[in-house]
Amino acid sequence: MLQPGAIIAVSFAYLGVLFAIAYYADRRADRGRSLIANPTVYALSLAVYCTTWTFYGSVGRAAATGIGFLPIYLGPTLMLALGWVLLHKLVRVAKENRVTSIADFIASRYGKSPLLAGLVTVIAVVGVVPYIALQLKAVSNSFSILSHYPDIVMPANAATVPVWQDSALYVAALLAAFTILFGTRHLDATERHEGMVAAIAFESVVKLLAFLAAGLFVTYGVHEGFSDIFSRAEQAPQLARLLVASDSAAGYGSWSALTFLSMLSVLLLPRQFQIAVVENVNPAHVRRAVWLFPLYLFLINIFVLPIAIAGMLRFPAGVDADSFVLTLPMAHGQEALALLVFIGGLSAATGMVIVETIALSTMVCNDLVMPLLLRWRSLRLAERRDLSGLLLGIRRWAIAAILLLGYIYFRAAGEAYALVGIGLISFAAVAQFAPALIGGLYWRGGTREGALAGLLAGFALWAYTLLLPSFAKSGWLPPEFGQGLFGMDLLRPQQLFGLAGLDEISHCMFWSLLANVGAYLGFSLRRAPDAREARQMRLFVDASQRYHGLGEWRGGARVADLLPLAARWLGPERAREAFERYAASRGIASIEELPADTGLVHFAESLLAGAIGSASAHAMVASVMQEEPLSLDEVMSILDEASQLRTHSRELEEKSRQLEKASAELREANQRLRELDRMKDDFISTVTHELRTPLTSIRAFSEMLHDDPRLELAERERFLGIIVGETERLSRLINQILDLAKLESGRAELDHVEVDLGDVARESLASFTQVFRDQGIIVELEAPAQPLVVLADRDRLIQVLLNLLSNAAKFVPAGSGRVWLQVARAGGQAGIAVTDNGPGIRPDERESIFEKFRQGGRDVMTDKPQGTGLGLPISRQIIEHFGGRLWAESAPGGGARFKFMLPLPDAR
Amino acid sequence: MAQKILIVDDEPNIVISLEYLMKKEGFDVAIAKDGEAALEMAAAYRPDLMLLDVMMPKKSGFEVCELLRADPGFAALKIVMLTAKGRDSEIAKGTGLGADAYITKPFSTKELVARIRSILQPA
Repeated sequence: MLQPGAIIAVSFAYLGVLFAIAYYADRRADRGRSLIANPTVYALSLAVYCTTWTFYGSVGRAAATGIGFLPIYLGPTLMLALGWVLLHKLVRVAKENRVTSIADFIASRYGKSPLLAGLVTVIAVVGVVPYIALQLKAVSNSFSILSHYPDIVMPANAATVPVWQDSALYVAALLAAFTILFGTRHLDATERHEGMVAAIAFESVVKLLAFLAAGLFVTYGVHEGFSDIFSRAEQAPQLARLLVASDSAAGYGSWSALTFLSMLSVLLLPRQFQIAVVENVNPAHVRRAVWLFPLYLFLINIFVLPIAIAGMLRFPAGVDADSFVLTLPMAHGQEALALLVFIGGLSAATGMVIVETIALSTMVCNDLVMPLLLRWRSLRLAERRDLSGLLLGIRRWAIAAILLLGYIYFRAAGEAYALVGIGLISFAAVAQFAPALIGGLYWRGGTREGALAGLLAGFALWAYTLLLPSFAKSGWLPPEFGQGLFGMDLLRPQQLFGLAGLDEISHCMFWSLLANVGAYLGFSLRRAPDAREARQMRLFVDASQRYHGLGEWRGGARVADLLPLAARWLGPERAREAFERYAASRGIASIEELPADTGLVHFAESLLAGAIGSASAHAMVASVMQEEPLSLDEVMSILDEASQLRTHSRELEEKSRQLEKASAELREANQRLRELDRMKDDFISTVTHELRTPLTSIRAFSEMLHDDPRLELAERERFLGIIVGETERLSRLINQILDLAKLESGRAELDHVEVDLGDVARESLASFTQVFRDQGIIVELEAPAQPLVVLADRDRLIQVLLNLLSNAAKFVPAGSGRVWLQVARAGGQAGIAVTDNGPGIRPDERESIFEKFRQGGRDVMTDKPQGTGLGLPISRQIIEHFGGRLWAESAPGGGARFKFMLPLPDAR
Repeated sequence: MAQKILIVDDEPNIVISLEYLMKKEGFDVAIAKDGEAALEMAAAYRPDLMLLDVMMPKKSGFEVCELLRADPGFAALKIVMLTAKGRDSEIAKGTGLGADAYITKPFSTKELVARIRSILQPA
């Protein structure tokens, strides 16, 4: 009845149902009515934690250590019940950052480091391959056992069977094909697989039902219930020890270590991270999982001890305890139940393998292969239009390769360990992610180097204390390895530095996590997080504040650049759909109208991150952005603005200088005007005074003549003479004032003709001869025989000379006066000097006598000198008008000498 | 005894007219042609009233006035300033220095005589 063919047929039928469920769920998801958007489905899918290791291995471990199997389930229960805050934050951060795997998560946290992503991927693959081997072994063994029904025959050692007859190889191939069908039908930006999750949830139900059925049968069908089984066990001395915890300290230590390890594993195993974090639809679903998942674990463990006890009672020897779940129904002829158990085991294996390999293949593809291919310039990947096919291809090959690795491990090492032993090696491996991941969620100081150092140290110690000894046990390494590297006792892999008394798992956990945490903290503290790490730190640690970190990209990129980029990785249709959804979410009608802003760049980056991981996505977007801190245009416009400002400021400075200059000129001009105004006032005041003086005499004498008609005739004539003289003085004064005003303003009309200075001197002297003779003044003229010709106004020169002669006549002593008149040339000039033998001019008066109305010599003369006080100023104006100079000096002998010089025409 | 008047001016024609006027009014008259001479004559001649021109050589009328007013010996001396400078500021300066009257040139002979008489009247 249970022929291999039939078993295979039922298995395929089961897989067909799974595929149908997945297909249906995908269709529903495409139509927007997700089947898995349900907290119960989420909690059930988390039960992918329970693999064949649980399904078959728990009973095996219970048979060996009694309740020692429990920590593997207490850990997850504690994590969900107490650590759900961590899970909730993990889910939220991962969703906000579009994290696609645990490698992506850790790399993204520490500044999107491709190196870190690659390291996590390597650790995950190396650590998890034994676990996959374990699934192959379980399916292969269960198939082998079941196919011998009704006999109970333990499967031969796999290593002794030729490869092509090894059912495990076919199981591996089948699972690879099935996983490829499930997980890589298309690429999705979020790397979510709705159909797969639905199928996994279904499988969780199947394996639970199968195990419960077996448990119920054994407990209530074969025996009389729990109390019957436990009382039988107590009677058998070799079984009684299973019911109590070991009371040694090491036993408790081992419990604690295992509980802690499985607490971490329920989050850190790649498949757990995939289901719990990446595939999570809604962070709120965590709440139901908090109690539903522990309940599931409770149910699937409730019959472990009864089955183990019943199996040990039924098969005292010769049957592997790992197979009790299957062999007990077989031993009691329960064909259908045995088949159901087999299917349950198959579902536990397929669930694990599918999710694990999809998670691993995503990591291998995004974080190992693609970064290398992108670097490999000769492939010209960056220029290819559609890379989605390439991505899918890489993932398919990765799935096949991982399962092949699992098979190889199974062939080589699988026999050395029981199922639980293999599983714990994987648990210990992924526990190395804990410091970087949990630290990264809560500690602000973590850096890339810290994470790298921690992971490397932990991984190295894990390999040395756990993986390599397992190889040694399998005969891959010489047995001397167990005695310590180079034969050094201190380096014994499982008693490192003399640490004895712990089981191998606790020992490995102690050393590897000590080194891991130490290196993580130590290297992180060496420097402060850089800008990129700090930005990611805020995104992860401060996730609740919903910091979006916009601004790392300066400026934007156009849809025309980003859409082809996304299309190359996602395929044109999916990329376009995603862009259309994004446009719709921003209320923009068509994607061509999307503004080229930072928002668009971030959208494109997170879209790409879903397909190729955040580190690669960052690099790809940077290739479009050229990630220049400032675009050329920005630089140009900033420069432009700056230069405009500079120009403006230069113009302003220029203006302000001009204004300053102008205002200084104005101030100066104003000063000059004030001065002129004061001078004018003074002048007018002086003129007024000069005019009033003759007027006073005229009025006084006129009034006296008028008032006294009987005035004597002589008196009367004298008075009238004074009046006439003063009137003449007044007229002269007015004429001279007007003359001076004309000369000063340049409005005087003067000739510029050839004038002989000798001629001027002779004529002036001639008109003054009578005056000199009357006063007894002796005059001498000294002039050259040849004419001395200058260009001037002849009458004006005579006016100057008459003024000088009349001055001389006023000051020479009465009766002995002498005046010399000299005409001479000197250099390019010619001039006339008038010298007298008068009192001379005090040095301090030599210039002031040329001022208006400033008459000289008043202190040396008894009578006020006659004259207007304008003669010398007018004379100087005339001489200066013709380019000459008039000045006074002391004559030899104490008299005064007035001299003017005019330029000769030749010299000009 | 006739009251004595000292005429101080550097303008000969004005001196002639003032001398004629004052004598005709019955005053004793003395002449000074500059500031220094005015001070000497004031001390020697002891006039009752001084007709003092402002613009003069050696010492201006203002200086003469100031010096005389600083000397208690001349407290009774009446000073009438005669000037061709008619600015208000100069009039203020003259009266500020203690002149009894300030008369601008050209003046009305009748008014001048009337002012002199009114100034000398109380004495």
